[in-house]
Amino acid sequence: MPQMTDERVRAGLTHEEDLSLLHEVSMKTAGVSRLEMCIQCGTCGGSCPVAKDMDHTPRMLFAMLRAGMREEVLRSNTQWLCVSCYHCVVRCPQEVHIADVMYTLKGMAIKAKLYANSTAPDFSQTFVDMVESYGRSFEMGLASRHYLKHFPLRLPGMMPMGLGMITKGRMALTPKRIKHMDQLTKILNRAKQLEMTS
Amino acid sequence: MTEKIGVYVCHCGSNIAGVVDVVDVANWAAEKLGHQGVVIARDYKFMCSSLGQELIEKDIKELGLTRVVVAACSPHLHEKTFRTAAKNAGLNPYLVELASIREQVSWVHTDKAVATAKSKAVVSGAVSRVIENRALDEIKVPINPNTLVVGGGIAGIQSALEIANAGFHVYLVEREPSIGGHMAQFDKTFPTLDCSACILTPRMVEAGTHPNITLLTWSEVVNVAGYVGNFNVTIKKKARFINEELCTGCGICQEKCPKKVIDDVYEAGLGYRKAVYTPFAQAVPNFPVMDKENCTYFEKGTCKACEKFCPTNAIDFNQQDELINIDVGNIVLATGYDLFDARRVSNYGYGRLPNVFTSLEFERLSNAAGPTSGNIVLRDGKTTPKSVGIIHCVGSRDRNFNNYCSVICCMQGLKFAHLVHERTGATVYNFYIDMRTAYKAYDEFYQRVLEEGTLFVRGKVAEVTDAARYSNERGKLIIQTEDTLAGKQRRIPVDMVILSSGLQPRKDAKEVGKLFGISCSMDGWFTEKHPKLDPVSTMTEGIYIVGCAQGPKDIPSSVAQGAAASARVLDKILQKEVALEPIKATVDQAKCSGCKICNGLCPFNAIAFIEDDKISYINPALCQGCGTCVAACPAGAISGTGFSNEQIIAQIDGLLLRNLEPAEA
Amino acid sequence: MNKYLLYPGCSMESSAKAYMESLNAIVEPLDLHFDEIEDWNCCGATEYLGINLIPAYSLIARNLALASKQKNGTRTVVAPCSACYLNLAKADHYMQERPSLGVKVNEALAAGDLQYKAGTLDVRHLIDILVYDVGLEKIRDAVVRPLTGLKVVPYMGCMLPRPDYQHRWSDHEHPTELDDLLRALGADVIDYPLTTSCCGGHMTQIGPETAFELIRRLVSDADGRGAQMMVTVCPMCQMNIDAYQNETNHFFGTEYHMPILFFTQLMGLAFGRDPKELGIGVELVSSRNALANIGVEVPVTQEPAAPRKKDEGLPMPRRWNKREAQKEAVK
Repeated sequence: MPQMTDERVRAGLTHEEDLSLLHEVSMKTAGVSRLEMCIQCGTCGGSCPVAKDMDHTPRMLFAMLRAGMREEVLRSNTQWLCVSCYHCVVRCPQEVHIADVMYTLKGMAIKAKLYANSTAPDFSQTFVDMVESYGRSFEMGLASRHYLKHFPLRLPGMMPMGLGMITKGRMALTPKRIKHMDQLTKILNRAKQLEMTS
Repeated sequence: MTEKIGVYVCHCGSNIAGVVDVVDVANWAAEKLGHQGVVIARDYKFMCSSLGQELIEKDIKELGLTRVVVAACSPHLHEKTFRTAAKNAGLNPYLVELASIREQVSWVHTDKAVATAKSKAVVSGAVSRVIENRALDEIKVPINPNTLVVGGGIAGIQSALEIANAGFHVYLVEREPSIGGHMAQFDKTFPTLDCSACILTPRMVEAGTHPNITLLTWSEVVNVAGYVGNFNVTIKKKARFINEELCTGCGICQEKCPKKVIDDVYEAGLGYRKAVYTPFAQAVPNFPVMDKENCTYFEKGTCKACEKFCPTNAIDFNQQDELINIDVGNIVLATGYDLFDARRVSNYGYGRLPNVFTSLEFERLSNAAGPTSGNIVLRDGKTTPKSVGIIHCVGSRDRNFNNYCSVICCMQGLKFAHLVHERTGATVYNFYIDMRTAYKAYDEFYQRVLEEGTLFVRGKVAEVTDAARYSNERGKLIIQTEDTLAGKQRRIPVDMVILSSGLQPRKDAKEVGKLFGISCSMDGWFTEKHPKLDPVSTMTEGIYIVGCAQGPKDIPSSVAQGAAASARVLDKILQKEVALEPIKATVDQAKCSGCKICNGLCPFNAIAFIEDDKISYINPALCQGCGTCVAACPAGAISGTGFSNEQIIAQIDGLLLRNLEPAEA
Repeated sequence: MNKYLLYPGCSMESSAKAYMESLNAIVEPLDLHFDEIEDWNCCGATEYLGINLIPAYSLIARNLALASKQKNGTRTVVAPCSACYLNLAKADHYMQERPSLGVKVNEALAAGDLQYKAGTLDVRHLIDILVYDVGLEKIRDAVVRPLTGLKVVPYMGCMLPRPDYQHRWSDHEHPTELDDLLRALGADVIDYPLTTSCCGGHMTQIGPETAFELIRRLVSDADGRGAQMMVTVCPMCQMNIDAYQNETNHFFGTEYHMPILFFTQLMGLAFGRDPKELGIGVELVSSRNALANIGVEVPVTQEPAAPRKKDEGLPMPRRWNKREAQKEAVK
């Protein structure tokens, strides 16, 4: 990351443009991101069902990416609110892989520890932990652990629902484990050592 | 006889010399290709300049060169220049060969060493090839002074009038019952808001009554044979079921016809016509046509109301389609565009939500001669909208549909905003990605619409929906978009949405292109000879393209192109004869097995099968030297002058440097 | 007989059990045969992708690798869950679009003695094979109890028709496959403009208020159009609309009662199967009144009882932490 010069700090500038950011995000995204093709038309921000709760619309986030505003981008709640509905993706006139870029930004924000306002990273991590121990997801454990930790005040309201799910046999009380967990573990361990470099 | 060959390597400023070591290439040619007959090799800053040409001419005269190789740009650009130079110096122009080291080397490579090596190979190929070149003589043919103009929109009309006014005959062919094209559907034209009909109809009448114009409406070109100066064209004149000699255009038949049909063409699906109809009041010609598909008589065998009431007995149910054969020297294609089908953008709801309209529908809605007499109302036919949203770039600048900008949509959207404001007082929103108002007086019009209070939102609309979220949205169409300047998502409830749909090539453009022997771009528009310097010519001599057939454009540009093509046509006509390239294919009768494979492949229909001899014959006047048959002939019986097997093999050997002396290779 | 490899996905064994049961009930009348991918693992849903790219795609690809190894005479993998379908299809697509991803993923798979050549399997959703392989005609022929009089809105959800790299669907915005299928069953299908809008996905877990608004939009529009029930193809959609409807009503002060069933449950009903074997009645927003319109009696469901004692080995939940809860409340 470029260093701020004294002169610039004294002039009140808060950050140095980090023009490698766009490339880095592109590189870490599954598929070909086409981020550099964005024409700032706003189709994504207009399509997004949760835009009203976002700090920045996806379009604006991409403008900030281009401007190299690393910290602001990674701190944004935009990527955490993305529900992966792909409305923006199919409507984007430039075929930018918007939803997948959001996944990339989540990963980068977690690594940079810049996600103060969201419980989402914790939820994802809990989910991943379960999958890594059982090979399957485990709704009961996941939901109860997450609500307990982050929305305890909502729990009483949720109780009837949770009980309903259990009594109607829709929520297993114990997790299932796949047969060849050792194989999956080996695969994931190897995968974690690999990074997208080209 | 040993040839004396001169090699001339052009710098093309820095275009070539910036990437290729031109001095090295010239020295190499002199040194290594001497045994092939290279007696002189020079490099020069601009070979195409008069000084460069003089250099070649001087060498031909003083050194007695018998062959010349110019390593420079593509033959498309300067082959003619250097052939003329050779001719001036007394050398047959076909003994000159161009080696393209700009388009095929310097413009596509960055590594200087590689580019220089490749240039040497290309020059070497050209040297080997030019040895096999034969002196050829130009073929001169007379030019037929008649011209065919296909398409009677404003571009075609303009083109026809220019030529006719110069005193030459024009056949103007139009597929629809009347000339006028899309412009006849409009109410107002941007940016001056002239009434479209008022400026168009005088031109239509002039074309319809001009002594030098033969108007063939309700007609289509079905076959084109021949070549520049001598095209033979077959036109199908569809049965009108109206005797044009007798019809006075009084309109009683239309009035009496009991069959109402939705008019998908002129009224853009928003209005009705009868089964016998003239599309609009000022139609030229004003004879109606009978639409056989929908006529009750043709359907059920009875009715004939039109016949009963026609005061001049002009209805003729026995009329047949007619084939007309004409000879022309030049052809102008002005076949226009189709409107982008807005239903494809399903998030805008056209075809599902009644009060979403296309641009052409709105043109009809706002036209005083349209189905609502110019009242801007909702689909129910009576309610005036209180708020209207106009969406730009529908189907354009979008990789899901058409990549290109349709050029006219921004100005069209502004025009609609003005008309809605003026006629209804409604609140008008324009949703745009970028406002493109280039050209004279266009941006001033944008200023005017801003001043009128139209609200502009910069953002490509995400969706138009009838799913209300809040009470103020009930019963409305909600336009959801990001206001990209405010950085916020907005939902704007309106009564009416107008989609400024883009333009696209006619759906049969590919077939029409094939019929006339011209090609289409990736997007489907007809391809011009040169995008900047020859925008109305095509790679097929004698065929010109004007108006939207060549790409999206507005009325002024279409008119300018129509006139420009006419100047090219008149230039040809006044030359009285044209020199044809002597690059032709011939069949070696002894080798031809009569398999006929070549017959169907020839894009110019130049190959005929001689039944008596059971061999194929190529008409040299029709052959354009494309080489398709040469490559296809399984017996190797066809060879092309200028592209003989000897020339090609020699060039390949040269490219692979097999022509170097053994010690070198 | 049409043979397929089945990737059920985690929820089919728990929250979307009714989906699995009803699927089993229609297999026979439609002459379908499914072989479950042996020892399949979770697809990672929408969570794993946000943590680490290569492990996420390796997790998905293990299933594809297992499927391509399993020879049952077909190369078509069917996923009934939209999120699973999307993840499997997307992995297959991106491994081709960006070959370096394919190389890395295979490097990881190799650690488990597996490999997958992208593009060698067809990943398809259940409704895709029902509409396009089995065909509406065959489905119509199997109907013995048409759903005439049942007013439904078809809810396709978002992850099925989008991004649709394989071009399998009639439209990204208003696909008609589910509409057509429900019409073939005889139901009264209402045009539903929100058919591909999002149900909130995992936001019910991580940002409930955001999710409640999305659920409200869907339910209120369906209700406003006179629908008696919503019909879905996705376990996540079913879960969010069904299980969180009550909470959504609380949040907005509304009183919607909009049951949501899987399309396979309605197919089973139309084919004359017993509601009980179709998992009808386990939905939290009861479909009793809606199904009464077509004379179907919904099995009496158990009311929520007090929770049983914890099973041995249940690792959750964690202990209540009052201080953390207070901190949360202050925020």
